[in-house]
Amino acid sequence: MSADDAPTHRGGDAADDLNAFITRETVVSDADGPLAGKTVAVKDNISTEGIRTTCGSAMLEEYVPPYDATVVERLRGAGATLVGKTNMDEFGMGGTTETSAFGPTSNPVDRERVPGGSSGGSAAAVAAGEADLALGSDTGGSVRNPAAFCGVVGIKPTYGLVSRYGLVAYANSLEQIGPFGRSVEDAAALLDVIAGPDERDATTRYDAAEGGAPDAAGVPDDTHPAEATAYAAAADGDVEGMTVGVPTELIEGADDEVVAVFEDALADLDAQGVETVEVSLPSVEHAVQAYYVIAMSEASSNLARFDGVRYGVSGSEATGGTEGERGSSSEIDGGDGNWNESFARAREEGFGDEVKRRILLGTYALSAGYHDKYYKKAQDARAWVKRDFDEAFAEADVLATPTMPVLPPKRGESLDDPLSLYLMDANTVPVNLANLPAISVPAGEREGLPVGMQFVGPAFGEAAVIRAGSAVEE
Amino acid sequence: MTATDEGDASNADADAVDPDEVRHVADLARVDLDDDEAAAFAEQFADVLDYFAALDEVPEVEDEPDLVNVMRADEVRDGLTQEEALANAPDSEAGFFKGPTVS
Repeated sequence: MSADDAPTHRGGDAADDLNAFITRETVVSDADGPLAGKTVAVKDNISTEGIRTTCGSAMLEEYVPPYDATVVERLRGAGATLVGKTNMDEFGMGGTTETSAFGPTSNPVDRERVPGGSSGGSAAAVAAGEADLALGSDTGGSVRNPAAFCGVVGIKPTYGLVSRYGLVAYANSLEQIGPFGRSVEDAAALLDVIAGPDERDATTRYDAAEGGAPDAAGVPDDTHPAEATAYAAAADGDVEGMTVGVPTELIEGADDEVVAVFEDALADLDAQGVETVEVSLPSVEHAVQAYYVIAMSEASSNLARFDGVRYGVSGSEATGGTEGERGSSSEIDGGDGNWNESFARAREEGFGDEVKRRILLGTYALSAGYHDKYYKKAQDARAWVKRDFDEAFAEADVLATPTMPVLPPKRGESLDDPLSLYLMDANTVPVNLANLPAISVPAGEREGLPVGMQFVGPAFGEAAVIRAGSAVEE
Repeated sequence: MTATDEGDASNADADAVDPDEVRHVADLARVDLDDDEAAAFAEQFADVLDYFAALDEVPEVEDEPDLVNVMRADEVRDGLTQEEALANAPDSEAGFFKGPTVS
C-alpha cells in the first residue's frame, strides 16, 4: 500500500474536535470496484501496511505493520479511499473510547457524551460525515455499541464470515471485524466486500459442522456463505410475514426511555406485517460474567506478545514508577539483567489501567486452582447461551432487543467503576458468546440522543438481520 | 483472592483482595505495578470477582464445537523478510532481535 505523502485533513476543525482519528492519512485506490468514490475509515487495530497501527495504546505508538489485513486488501481491491485510522479503547478494551492512550473521542451528536466503544472513532467519523463508511471490530459489542450511541448502522458478522488476518488479537474466539454506514444498505455493501473465506484465517472455512460434504480425501466442503449471498440486496425493507422474537430478559434491564423507543419501533414493524413473539433466554443472566472471564483470559494470553523486544515500548527505555515503587525485583536498571523484569517494566509503561486490569484478572482466572471455578464455568455458560439462542430461533426468524440498555453517558462518568461499564454490555455480549450475526440500527431518539435497535440472527443469517434493520430505518 | 501457584479455589474469599495478592498475579502476568495501582486494583477486583461468583450457578452444558480442525499440506511460502521483521524492534544487532542479558 503506497500512502500519499501529505496526510489530508478532511473536514478541518470539526474533525479535530471529535478526536475520531489517531492517524489521518489518505490512500487512494485506483481499482474500479463497488466502493469506488467511497471514503472508508479503519479502526486502529486493523493492520495497514506502512501506516502506523496503534490499537489506541502507548505500547504501539510507533508500530508500523509490514503487511495489510485481509479486509484492507479487499477495501483497496473494491476501489475504496482510506481516510485514516480511527480512535478506540486501548486494544478494544472498553465501551466508551475513553481508555485510548490518544485521548477520548467525542460523540458528534452531543460532544459532552461518549461515542460508545470500543470502535468509537469509526462510528463518530461516519456519524459526522468524516467518512462514508468505516470498519470496526466487535468482541462483545464494540461495533454495535458505538453505532447505537452515534446514531449510525453497525453490523457484527457471524464468527467466521470475515477474515481476522491482520486484526490485532484481543479475544480471538469472540471477535469479528464489522462495517459501519449511515444506512443499512451502505453497511451491508461494505460487508459484501469484506466477507468471504481467507486461507490465512482458518476460522473462515465453512465446513463439516454445517453439513458440507467431505470430498474423497476427507476434506470438508469449504464453500463459504458469503459467496452465495448479496448482503446489500437484502436491505429491501420487505419484512412482511417475518417473525421477530423479543427476549424478555434483555428488555427488563433497559432504561425506560430506551424501552419506549424500542417499543415504538416494534409497533412500526407490526404495521409492516411482522409477527412479534416473546422468547426467553434464561442463560443470559450469566452472559456478562462468562463473556468477561473468557475475554480477559484470552487477553492475558494474546497480550503476552507485547514484550518490548520485537515491537513496542522497550523495557530498557521504560521508566514506569520509581526504583522503590518497582519493588525489590527491579534491582537492575535499564535493559541489562533478568528478561522477565525488563518485560514487566515494558508492560507497566506501555499498557493503560484497563488493559492491566484485564490481563491480571485473566491471568487470575486461568491460574492453578481457579481455572475450573471461572474459566470452565464460563465455557459452560457460553454453551448454554448458544443452546438458548438455538431454541429461540425455532420460534422466530430474528430476535430484537435495544442495542444498549442506556442512553450515551457523559464522558468521565464511569471510568473509575469498571464493573458498571461491564454491565452496559448485557445485550451485546450474548451474541459474541453464541458466534451469531447482529445489526444495530437507529430506532429513534430520546432527549435528543440516539437509541439503537439490535436484531440478532441465526449463524450466517446476515441477510435476515439486514432485512429487518432496513425496515426500521424507513 | 489467594492466587498462590498451588492455590485452592475452596479457600478463595472474593471479598478479600489485598494489594499483595494483586502484586502476585501481576508478577505472574509480568506487569509491574506501583503502590497506587495495586491498591486501586485490589478494591476493583473484589467487586468484579464477587460478580463473577454467580457463574457457580451455571450447570454443566455439553457443547458441540462449531469449528473442526482442517489440515492442509505444509508448503513453504514467502513470509516477512528479515528486514521487515526487524523494522519495529526497539533494538537489533546483526540481523537479530536484541533483548536484555539473560542472567
